[in-house]
Amino acid sequence: MGWFKRLKEGIQTATSNKKEIPDGIWSKCPSCKEATLTRDLRDNLFVCPHCDHHLRIGSYEYFEILFEDSKYEIHFDDYEAKDMLEFEDLKKYKDRLKDAKEKTKLKDAISVAVGEIAPGQPLVIAAMDFSFIGGSMGSVVGEKISKAIDYSLVNKIPLMIIAKSGGARMMESAFSLMQMAKTSVKLGLLADAKIPYISLMTDPTTGGVTASFAMLGDFNIAEPKALIGFAGPRVIMETIKKELPEGFQSAEFLLEQGFLDFIVHRKDLKLKLQTLLDFFQNKPKSKSPVLDTEVVKAEGK
Amino acid sequence: MVFLEFEKPLESLYEQLDKIIEVGKEGDINVDPMVKKLERKIKKTQKDIYQNLNGWQRVQLSRHPNRPHTLYYINEICDEFIELHGDRYFSDDKAIVGGLGKIDGQTFVLIGHEKGTNTKLRQYRNFGMANPEGYRKSLRLMKMAEKFGFPVICMIDTMGANPGIEAEERGQAEAIARNMFEMAKLKTQTMCYIIGEGASGGAIGLGIGDRVFMFENTWYSVISPESCSQILWRSWDFKEQAAEALKLTSDHMASFGLIDGIVKEPLGGAHSFPKETAAIFKAHILEESAKLKEKEISVLLNERIEKYSAMGEYLLNPKEAVSAKK
Ligand SMILES: [Zn+2]
Repeated sequence: MGWFKRLKEGIQTATSNKKEIPDGIWSKCPSCKEATLTRDLRDNLFVCPHCDHHLRIGSYEYFEILFEDSKYEIHFDDYEAKDMLEFEDLKKYKDRLKDAKEKTKLKDAISVAVGEIAPGQPLVIAAMDFSFIGGSMGSVVGEKISKAIDYSLVNKIPLMIIAKSGGARMMESAFSLMQMAKTSVKLGLLADAKIPYISLMTDPTTGGVTASFAMLGDFNIAEPKALIGFAGPRVIMETIKKELPEGFQSAEFLLEQGFLDFIVHRKDLKLKLQTLLDFFQNKPKSKSPVLDTEVVKAEGK
Repeated sequence: MVFLEFEKPLESLYEQLDKIIEVGKEGDINVDPMVKKLERKIKKTQKDIYQNLNGWQRVQLSRHPNRPHTLYYINEICDEFIELHGDRYFSDDKAIVGGLGKIDGQTFVLIGHEKGTNTKLRQYRNFGMANPEGYRKSLRLMKMAEKFGFPVICMIDTMGANPGIEAEERGQAEAIARNMFEMAKLKTQTMCYIIGEGASGGAIGLGIGDRVFMFENTWYSVISPESCSQILWRSWDFKEQAAEALKLTSDHMASFGLIDGIVKEPLGGAHSFPKETAAIFKAHILEESAKLKEKEISVLLNERIEKYSAMGEYLLNPKEAVSAKK
């Protein structure tokens, strides 16, 4: 595949910007509260070795996990939010943006990268960062998704969006609402071009993000136990004035209700994606290990 | 008539007017000059009140108990209307209504949120908060419109999609997302009107069209002022501030280029003059629909995609501002 034609102006190449984690730093699992050496946790793809809880990770962690040899190009990184409403609640939106940028070293709540998840298997990945104002979708998130779709269209490369968001960004009011429309409309173009789109929903995926691009995948997939919903659990509880059933709005619940194709453990994600995308490549290739085990499982039953 | 707090000066004037007219009926006194005088005073007071509305006041007007809803407009506007029910998968949602209607001899598919006109009906309609079936029913009707070449009119008037257990179980998010995705591709002309409240996903789930218009005294935002106050101010008491901050009124939305125009209401608002408002609405639909009819459907589709692709404001290469307006 001749897709890897380098390199336009302004594209950063980010081969392994893995931060070194010094010895003796421990992390506490938010689910089971057990402590794990942070380095070990990273080696375990930020999945708790004690309880299998999938910790919330950022866009760059996903890029590291998924791209072959952690090699990828960051695209469309020069977009920043504009405070066109001069929005102010208890805090100015301008200050919120400034603080979020300082805290996360990111420019907004999504990053787009292009690389290969296996030799000859290119993928465009747009991954959200919950740490940036709750992963909220404003104009920048919408535009970067739009650009990622354009890139997929022009280069005929499948797209995956990793959702992790509290929903639309209130401080951009109707502009953020319109990003739901914009991303959905643009995905229509990708569908017309018959380019596969995978939507990976991670903890949490709620509000306007769920009700737009996240639910529109050719494949809607999720990480185990991820919270996925339209209305947040608190809003529902306040409305119906009742406790919510156990496991409500979990990935497992959505799978059961018919809104997900499958749930995938983070350590299986890369292989599963390779297998999935391989169905769209018409060249002979040796069977992937994931496919093998599944066939064996099915026959063994 | 129900009068909101800021409409109170009108209440006593209307009461006086009623009294004088009654007196005129009973006796032989000529009350015409007094009636004329009072009517002038009412006009002036209306001007004072309705020409200087702030965001929160418009939100209140959009919810005015006397404000007309979808079914009222349909009855006023259509020569004939047959309501069509059900999504064919699960049930018939009562918060979204739709069907075939004739306006001035032309067939349209009309769809809209319906809030109900009294306590009982409001409950029956779930206050205009639709379940996924409502969005799926509307999509079924839009597909029918596409098949037979009928133009689509969507009327938006909702506080939001229903936040309930069943709505989540049946995929509220998927239903709204699917509607936007399909409306973008609908091969027939589509016009959307915000006739009351335009809150969040529940609104935009019926809101993708070749033309999107807001009635003058309506609002359109990612969140209601109350919920915004609750989340960002951590209290329900800042709804007025939230309504200002969200810049959710029709004039703001037009200035942002996020809607295609405003439908002016009679001075005094749609709730004071429902019949007149319906007549304005009808004329607006016919005029705009005729304009769209002059364009090939492929042109409309391209323009629709272009329009939504360009929505958003951001900084590119921080120094240089990019405005993505039409
Ligand atoms: Zn744990």
